[in-house]
Amino acid sequence: MIDALTGAVADACARHTTDPDTPAELNAPLWEALDQIGVLGLGVDEEKGGSGGGLEELVAVLGVLGENAAAVPFAETGLAAWILAEAGVQVPEGRLTVAVSDGLEVATGTDGTVEVSATLPRVPWGEAAEHVVVLSGTTLAVVARDQYQVTSAQNMAGEPRDTLVLAGARPVGGQTWPVPAGLTQAHEQRLSVLRMAQMAGAARRALDLSVHYASERQQFGRSIDRFQSVQHQLASLASEVLVCRTAAKSASLALTRGDATFALAAARVAAAQAAGVVAKLAHQVHGAIGFTEEHTLRLSTTRLWAWRDENGSVHQHASLVGQQALDAGPDSLWDLLVRA
Amino acid sequence: MDFMNLQAVALPESAEQLRREVRAFLAEELASGRIQMRPDQWLAGWDEEFSKRLGARGWIGMAFPREYGGTEAGALARFVVTEELLAAGAPVAAHWIADRQSGQALMKFGTEEQRQTFLPAIARGECYFAIGMSEPDTGSDLASVRTRATRVEGGWELEGTKIWTSGAHHAHAMIALVRTEPVTERRHAGLSQMIVELPDPSIEIRPIRLLTGEHHFNEVVFNRTFVPDSRVLGQPGSGWMQVTSELGLERSGPERILSTFPLLVEAVRHLSRAGATPDRVRLGELVSRLWVLRQMSLAVAGRIEEGEDPAVAAAIVKDLGTQFEGLLVETTRLLVDIAPDPASEALLPHMLSESLIHSPAFTLRGGTNEILRGIISKAVTAA
Ligand SMILES: Cc1cc2nc3c(=O)[nH]c(=O)nc-3n(C[C@H](O)[C@H](O)[C@H](O)COP(=O)(O)OP(=O)(O)OC[C@H]3O[C@@H](n4cnc5c(N)ncnc54)[C@H](O)[C@@H]3O)c2cc1C
Repeated sequence: MIDALTGAVADACARHTTDPDTPAELNAPLWEALDQIGVLGLGVDEEKGGSGGGLEELVAVLGVLGENAAAVPFAETGLAAWILAEAGVQVPEGRLTVAVSDGLEVATGTDGTVEVSATLPRVPWGEAAEHVVVLSGTTLAVVARDQYQVTSAQNMAGEPRDTLVLAGARPVGGQTWPVPAGLTQAHEQRLSVLRMAQMAGAARRALDLSVHYASERQQFGRSIDRFQSVQHQLASLASEVLVCRTAAKSASLALTRGDATFALAAARVAAAQAAGVVAKLAHQVHGAIGFTEEHTLRLSTTRLWAWRDENGSVHQHASLVGQQALDAGPDSLWDLLVRA
Repeated sequence: MDFMNLQAVALPESAEQLRREVRAFLAEELASGRIQMRPDQWLAGWDEEFSKRLGARGWIGMAFPREYGGTEAGALARFVVTEELLAAGAPVAAHWIADRQSGQALMKFGTEEQRQTFLPAIARGECYFAIGMSEPDTGSDLASVRTRATRVEGGWELEGTKIWTSGAHHAHAMIALVRTEPVTERRHAGLSQMIVELPDPSIEIRPIRLLTGEHHFNEVVFNRTFVPDSRVLGQPGSGWMQVTSELGLERSGPERILSTFPLLVEAVRHLSRAGATPDRVRLGELVSRLWVLRQMSLAVAGRIEEGEDPAVAAAIVKDLGTQFEGLLVETTRLLVDIAPDPASEALLPHMLSESLIHSPAFTLRGGTNEILRGIISKAVTAA
């Protein structure tokens, strides 16, 4: 099932490549193709309006999308749908995104209608989304695109990270909902796994581009992959790609098995470190051409740099791991490492 | 790039049960003072009595079939036992090579008589092996070995010198890679493996001291040493194929990640004390890298359990894992602000010194990291 799914998604990506000139722009044809394949509801049970499948399938599909620098809010839509399904709220059709806020104001207007207000910075695909799911403390609201203002902004990779302004916006259903206990944290953990899956894909593409380039680029009368120092860089590059993949898969497995706070933070730090090495080595192998806007290597490397510090920085995750190691102390440090 | 398709492994409950048993055993061994937690004990911790106690519990030869004294517990169970032993810094050097490598080579290529002779004794923790690959003029370029075996009545006569032979001075046998035919264009042809039983009056074993002062490895000189036909391992002429399959097994185990883990345990003890000001970020980075490398090593064990030979992924684990073992020492120095001191009564300065002085070996033994990267890049560029 996974192979068929990833194969279909890879085909769709090949038919609808990202335009390197406008990487911030939604790739609408690709989005439609994904809809037709039927992967948009992946990771949400069928009885809750999704198309079934678990985290493993989602991780596999996101790997392909990450590899292709696909300009679609697939992770965000899946995550939003999953949150709503967990909260027992009807999932709207179309593209979705998620914003976590600590200051959503809920007011009741004179006519009894509910209105919500907040400024939500750096929301992925906020402009292209048709609804935003807002998690604020114990309150959950779903707000349609025509109820909020957008100021566009981008991350290092040029992906949309927009500021949304909700000023007396009317939420869907005319109400807010309570956030089930633990859902906000569970959402962060799930997002972490999804981003790691994308990172593993982007890292893989950086490797493939490097291997290909090294076999074509001629210097000193031969292709540069004939030089041992370049070969060793490709070996190290491939090794760190495997680290990224292992981090994503092991974190995904840990999350499906129970309390994964430590494993997820450790995986994030490990993936971030590895991603940094991948980007560095890929650029070194490419020489100056990789440092240009015309070369597609940047679609992978800038994503790696952007994603590794989003949704909790490496610094935060590393200090959490460090603290857990200290809390475990000498007698339980090892157990902390091997527990699921 | 098939090696990229490693799958995360969820250990079955039976493996976790086994883990608890090993831990309970180790806790008692440590509490009674029979063993102590030390770094790099799969190299330096030669303790035959400890090996026998492990053997009695069925924790050696776990990959061997029952008819040869093994437990057939499989690669994942063996993984759990070995990582628990290494994490506790237990002295496992005596049986290590026989259990990990020589025994498996005997399983794969040995005659029935050879298996019956050696495997049950290995599994009991009573029979130890050495690896006779390197020579004074043969390091990374293993196919260049010059030790010659000449056909004589009923067997072979060996002439030549092996070097860096770990544990040869205690071992009961060595599997030596020797040349049985003259060198031709095909330099990998004409090599064979022989089981040389030790000690033997025709074999000189001279200690070579490590820079730590320890006697761990040796120079081993064969003076017309007779090896009967019954001690040829596998087919004469197949030595290269056999030896490379053996090296694959050597590479991905937890011993390529955990050699210095006991130092981290001591560092955490030091940093958890009242008044300490630990650098959580730096510690967290180190622990995170360890977490992912262990996951990778476990995933490779998962492949082995499925009967595959994940040679390239194993080379990656060894390259990254052995670099990590050194990184752990360097990072720990920065974390604790304590100078390494071999004379110290306190554990941490002593362990720092011991770990540091062992660290050059991590990226050499079992094939250097440069050679590993050659293997990996070949697989990467062949795609
Ligand atoms: C603690 C320890 C225990 C050991 N135990 C055993 C044992 O029990 N049995 C046994 O047979 N051997 C043993 N060895 C030997 C070990 O296998 C060798 O040290 C190893 O294979 C390297 O060989 P060498 O030391 O001759 O170095 P060389 O091969 O001479 O290498 C020297 C340097 O050159 C580099 N180099 C060599 N060729 C290349 C190349 N093609 N491309 C790039 N760089 C290259 C190497 O990476 C290294 O950095 C042990 C070694 C150690 C340190």
